[in-house]
Amino acid sequence: MSGTLFFCNPDNHRQLNPDDFPHPTAMATIQPIAGELEPHPDVALVERVRAGDVSAYDALVRKYDRQVFRIAQHITQNREDAEDVMQDAFLKAYQKLDQFQGNSKFYTWLVRIAVNESLMRLRKRRTGKMVSIDEDIETDEGNVPRDLADWAPDPEQNYTQAELGAILEKTIKGLPAGFRVVFELRDVQGLSTEDTAEALGLSIPAVKSRLLRARLQLRERLSRYFRMKKGSRQAKPGETRNDK
Amino acid sequence: MTCSEFLALLDDLIDDSVSAETRTELQQHLRGCDHCEVTLNTTRKTIEIYRSHEIYDLPAGLRERLHAAIMARCKKGC
Repeated sequence: MSGTLFFCNPDNHRQLNPDDFPHPTAMATIQPIAGELEPHPDVALVERVRAGDVSAYDALVRKYDRQVFRIAQHITQNREDAEDVMQDAFLKAYQKLDQFQGNSKFYTWLVRIAVNESLMRLRKRRTGKMVSIDEDIETDEGNVPRDLADWAPDPEQNYTQAELGAILEKTIKGLPAGFRVVFELRDVQGLSTEDTAEALGLSIPAVKSRLLRARLQLRERLSRYFRMKKGSRQAKPGETRNDK
Repeated sequence: MTCSEFLALLDDLIDDSVSAETRTELQQHLRGCDHCEVTLNTTRKTIEIYRSHEIYDLPAGLRERLHAAIMARCKKGC
């Protein structure tokens, strides 16, 4: 192992806060996204909603409600807030649908609304204190892998579903909100780097930087549960030994 | 290639967005570096576990209740 790990600082993004949500200008019809030959299936649904077919919006809600709920949970860290955010985000998107230009994907646009609603909810809880997804972002933790022990084969099999769920939730909760949301969008929901950047109002280098740090920090934290140990059991979710 | 250089390209390797030439260099480094191999494999496993065990699930009953509330307000014009 050689060399000192060095990461340039691409976090030259602007901060996303509840007041800088974009206000796209209205346009009559949605144009296909530049460079894409086939319009996204959501485009037809959005057009139907605009034409007065509310059932088409029902389809959009069912398609994305779970994802929006998870994003809200990641940011607010509160189930009731996440429920409210989910409702508010879909209602706001419905009200503002005329402003959706179609030069971004509907889901990307919806995520931006959901993130904004989540931040506003947090701000209310924190009695007006400005909240951004950049909070506590300056951390060097996890940039350099320290736990270099290999994991047991299929380590998740050593835990019940409930235990595993508790481990995964506890582990990701330890990351800054800006890391959690990038990881959720990129790695769990499978958005592209470009769409993630657009949804969060971040630069592409900022998304890449956060994703790498999120992955490495999660890996490091999960290692305490999943690392191969000779002759001893693995840590259980409630244990605090080595917890940060 | 050093471990630092390998780590800087870790995401690109995981996301399969490296050139053939870079991939060869990364694989060459992996052959001689157990630490980077462990880091790569366990990072991949981290992503796989989070992807296959979704946290913050929305229970069916709650989902239907929220969905009904949203659609009722949309039908009234919000």
